[in-house]
Amino acid sequence: MCSIVESNIICIKKKVAEKVRPMVNIVWILLILIGLVVAAFNGKIEAVTQAALDNAKYAVELCFGLIGIYALWLGLMRVAEEAGLVKRVSRKMQGVMRFLFADIPARHHAIGAITMNIIANMLGLGNAATPLGIKAMKELQELNPHKDRATDAMCMFLVINTSSVQLIPATVVALRSTAGSSNPTEIIGTAFIATVCSTAAGIIAAKILQRYY
Amino acid sequence: MADIIDIISSFAIPAFIFVVLVYGLLNGVNVYDSFVEGAKEGFVTAVKVLPYMVAMFVAISIFRASGAMDILVSLMSPVTEFLGVPAQILPLVIMRPMSGIASTGILAELFKVYGPDSFIGRVASTVMGSTETIFYTLSIYFGAVGIKRIRYTLWAALLGDMVGLIASVVVCSIVFGR
Repeated sequence: MCSIVESNIICIKKKVAEKVRPMVNIVWILLILIGLVVAAFNGKIEAVTQAALDNAKYAVELCFGLIGIYALWLGLMRVAEEAGLVKRVSRKMQGVMRFLFADIPARHHAIGAITMNIIANMLGLGNAATPLGIKAMKELQELNPHKDRATDAMCMFLVINTSSVQLIPATVVALRSTAGSSNPTEIIGTAFIATVCSTAAGIIAAKILQRYY
Repeated sequence: MADIIDIISSFAIPAFIFVVLVYGLLNGVNVYDSFVEGAKEGFVTAVKVLPYMVAMFVAISIFRASGAMDILVSLMSPVTEFLGVPAQILPLVIMRPMSGIASTGILAELFKVYGPDSFIGRVASTVMGSTETIFYTLSIYFGAVGIKRIRYTLWAALLGDMVGLIASVVVCSIVFGR
């Protein structure tokens, strides 16, 4: 479990990982076991061995190929963080947020934390986003009359968070580039449109469902 | 429409670099030093991802080489054809809400088999770039404040994901052609 030395967020992340891992475990083990059984029936046992060995090697090469782009991106992220980009963009976005979170009192701190978390997500600043998100949830919890039941604002916040509008999907671009794409960034625009659709659908669904739950 | 999307794609990264650096300069950040400081984490991150990547790559390549993937694709084809989604990206769609790192492995394997510039490669990239790890995120944030009754949150989030998936296919068909 969590030691006293670790910060709260690392501790929460650990606990969550323990809950989520069984799902990934099942999919992973199913892929391999089904693969092996089917291979035995298809007479493809040798092909399977070959594929496993080759791909283990390829995966390592791929990770090393990613170092450069990761370095570039994490360098930029550090500059953005130190310059306080998130705070500044957040201030401009608060009007939109007030519309989505009508039930939060106008000057409450929750709005600020929510906006900053969403902006950090948009910029791809994952490390900065999680503490801001947890802060937002704690602020929202203060407004909550039933402490074990999610409020409309919490649901809306997490629906937006999970369908996050990410401006630049950096990992995907990096992977495409290492895989030899002739135009690694061509999916930024399509991903942006798709993510706008999914966020809009999530918001509409949340607004409708909150009446019935 | 396709032209605007094209412009977004080609300008996003240079514009982002420009804004970050200029904004850093204006706010008195020692831009070069702080860039290098952040860039140091590039190596660590890649090494951290490595074991997950090997695990996922090996699993999915066994599944594919055995012929099980072909069986899955043909079994699911009535559903996927109805939605217009290439059946080959199903493992990615299933893994995506569970784990970011595992789905990254699946995406990389799709690139290796079909190529990043194929229709499948482009749709998979778009899906990956437009969705989030729902289960993980919900447990972190609700867990942090001890909420047990999450009401409709999961359903609304999954619906958003489905819409994002279909939108990815439609947008890619328009922009790149099938």
